[in-house]
Amino acid sequence: MMLNSSTGIMIAKGLLETLYMTVSSTSAAYLIGLPLGIILVVTAEGGILPRPALNKILNIVVNLTRSVPFLILLIAVLPITRFITGTTIGSTATIVPLIIAAAPFVARLVESSIKEVDKGIIEAGLSMGATPFEIITKVMIPEAKPSLIVGGAIATTTILGYSAMAGIVGGGGLGDIAIRYGYYRYQNDIMIATVVLLIVVVQVFQDIGMKISLKQDKRR
Amino acid sequence: MNAALCGIFLKCQYSGVKNFPPGKTALKQTMNETSPIIKIEHFHKAFSLNGEKITVLDDINLEIEQGDIFGIIGESGAGKSTLVRCMNYLEKPTSGRIIVDGQDLSRLTEGQLREARRGICMIFQQFNLLMQRTAEKNILFPLEIAGVGKQEAKARAKELLELVGLSDKADNYPSQLSGGQKQRVAIARALAVNPKVILCDEATSALDPATTRSILALLKDINRRLGITIVVVTHEMSVIEEICQHVAIIDKSKIVEVGKVQEIFAHPKTAAAQRLVYPDAKMRERFIGKRCCRIVFDGSSSYAPTVASMILECKAPVNIMFADMKDIDGVAFGELVLQLPEDKALASKVVGYFRTHNLFVEEWGDDAE
Repeated sequence: MMLNSSTGIMIAKGLLETLYMTVSSTSAAYLIGLPLGIILVVTAEGGILPRPALNKILNIVVNLTRSVPFLILLIAVLPITRFITGTTIGSTATIVPLIIAAAPFVARLVESSIKEVDKGIIEAGLSMGATPFEIITKVMIPEAKPSLIVGGAIATTTILGYSAMAGIVGGGGLGDIAIRYGYYRYQNDIMIATVVLLIVVVQVFQDIGMKISLKQDKRR
Repeated sequence: MNAALCGIFLKCQYSGVKNFPPGKTALKQTMNETSPIIKIEHFHKAFSLNGEKITVLDDINLEIEQGDIFGIIGESGAGKSTLVRCMNYLEKPTSGRIIVDGQDLSRLTEGQLREARRGICMIFQQFNLLMQRTAEKNILFPLEIAGVGKQEAKARAKELLELVGLSDKADNYPSQLSGGQKQRVAIARALAVNPKVILCDEATSALDPATTRSILALLKDINRRLGITIVVVTHEMSVIEEICQHVAIIDKSKIVEVGKVQEIFAHPKTAAAQRLVYPDAKMRERFIGKRCCRIVFDGSSSYAPTVASMILECKAPVNIMFADMKDIDGVAFGELVLQLPEDKALASKVVGYFRTHNLFVEEWGDDAE
């Protein structure tokens, strides 16, 4: 099968599935990872709300999830995926392991961005009588915004890469096509087409992230 | 600057900005108020580093009067920054009490402490402005925290920008401002919620001498017109000279000397104080036994050409060996080391001349002992 209109449609569909998986799981991962990352910073020793025990537990949980390779996690959480989505095949089913893998990763990215905020600025906020919540919402997040956006671009492209792995278990998207046609059937043209598309998508996400971050950065 | 300040005050009095202390009332308060605004009792602070206990500050007792500009000076590592950070409880004392504006900070709940901190603002060596906010929005920050309405807050920010002379920089980000301008924004931000005390932690140490002077002049103006107590922590004696009324000298975790700046300058009692007032003091050892005498100027005869008059009157050729004079608030402070004539009678005439002109003279002649 050469590249023709039907393969074109298939690839286009794969692209949409990939975008769907990436965008929805990144968003969901941020819903969990952003607060988690902030909690990791503020509860740490010397943070604005030190809770050493909680901090330790969260760190262990994050490290545990981070250390399981995605491919294994993907299979290991199949029962959970089935429980939540009712199926283990297709793009929507892939979103579940993607979120589980990405949330702790996002938490670490957020943690490192927030940690970059100058301690002096936080101290200034405290000296003005700001509550910890105000420090988080008015100092930490706005001051770390450029770095958080860069982190967002990194997270998105990483999750995009993860989503391609989902092809192994019939997860849909470009990765699925590349494995089924390019790998199992030796159709190099389709393989190349999907890979090129993936590269373009990664470039676009990365570029958009960097541009927004640069525009938001008032430090220079 | 002064004209701008006057303008602000007139405006504030009539625009009904809440709690904004107009100059006159504040000044009155200063004169009537006798209880100190900051009182530190038996304050002790220790850190534990690798299981070893390190005492940073030991049995500090200090009273700072309302309306004062109080300097805290010491060599780096003396614990002065820790002390000022305890005044708003950014650092908690290991033991002892800190009472600010009648409130014992150790007895406050977290919420009460936050409330109290609004009355004790701080400016920093590194300015610590929010880098992602414009100058105006930086000033709005404490007002947002205090829950001031948007309209009122904006008007207040505008006044404060005018007060610090940065009306045209409202929409600039800190990265677009010079060091001095950043510190002005920080001062405006500190003033936003009408604090009773401003704590300055090495506020001018990152600035060049000219900018330092202008920032100090601004602080002095604010103190005079608003009656706000200012605590200045520094390692530079010149800063103390320039604006402080009282000074405490910290050396090796303790306050070794405290009093009026003029008195400490004229007669530094402790070694630490002498080191700070006369960094070249070691030179003096060289003069002992060489017919030298030390004359102390403590402001009593500032503009009179004392030495020249002495030479004319006593007809004695003296040799100036060393001089260290400072101008504090228009009066001269410092010391002068003269080598006296070999003729003993003439030498004592010279010493006598200075003594009759109310100068403190210390003789270091070989037969002095």
